[in-house]
Amino acid sequence: MATRLRKKKSDYGSVYKGHPGQWSWIFHRVTGVAIILFLFAHVVDTAVIGWGPAAYNRVIAAYENPFVRLLELGLVAAVLYHSFNGIKITLIDFFPTLVKHIKALSIAVVVVFVGSMIPITYIMGKQAWDLLKR
Amino acid sequence: MATETPTRPTSPTPPEVPPSRDRRMGRERPVGGFELWTWLFMRISGIVLLFLAVGHVLIMHIPDGGVGRVNFAFVAVRWQSPFWRTWDWMMLTLALIHGINGLRNITLDYVRRPGVRFATNMVFYTLGFALFVIGTVIVLTFNAAKWPGSV
Repeated sequence: MATRLRKKKSDYGSVYKGHPGQWSWIFHRVTGVAIILFLFAHVVDTAVIGWGPAAYNRVIAAYENPFVRLLELGLVAAVLYHSFNGIKITLIDFFPTLVKHIKALSIAVVVVFVGSMIPITYIMGKQAWDLLKR
Repeated sequence: MATETPTRPTSPTPPEVPPSRDRRMGRERPVGGFELWTWLFMRISGIVLLFLAVGHVLIMHIPDGGVGRVNFAFVAVRWQSPFWRTWDWMMLTLALIHGINGLRNITLDYVRRPGVRFATNMVFYTLGFALFVIGTVIVLTFNAAKWPGSV
């Protein structure tokens, strides 16, 4: 029997085996890290207000940029996903029998998240677009 | 159609059912001590932050042109109200502890060498504490009257 020299992708296997709970776990972690990294910067940029209007308005002008506005959209998405998925985690941890309904709860998280992101993406996308045209 | 379906050979010893703790439904949780308190804190602060942080990002990004309207005058008017100062300070405190503890959980997963893990955590604790102090001082001492005519 010939020895296969190269491994196929499937030989490595998937770390997460595709279970939805494992995807929500990694999204929860990634969004959490993104939020805390933003928070580090945001506390500092807000603190600049203590140096008066000239300093603060100069710092806050960094947000007057369509690309930064898209990053902000990502931030809002991260906060919403982390919150909705956090409700799911907390519910299951405080009421363990709910684990029977984990699939329904996971679907609910995705539906509520996508449902709320549709109008938010429209509104914030329009703000970024108007800024680009200005 | 009379073929018999071959039965799977049963394992010689039936699997032992572990004692009661493992039979409980749901996820693993810390048994006690510091880890149980941080576990509880993450969930309680999470519920509070659900209102504080989600409310904050929506208020700041959605109405009246979103972040574009935020400037010195906007914050000065907002912080005339003790309500918003309390909101912002609670959010600052809970989000920092929630976030730093989240980072601590991540270093527990990925940073294996005890010395490196300790150092990594200390960097996060120091940064978190510094930001808590800076944020608290600003929220408590900000006074727009220092810049007359700016609001």
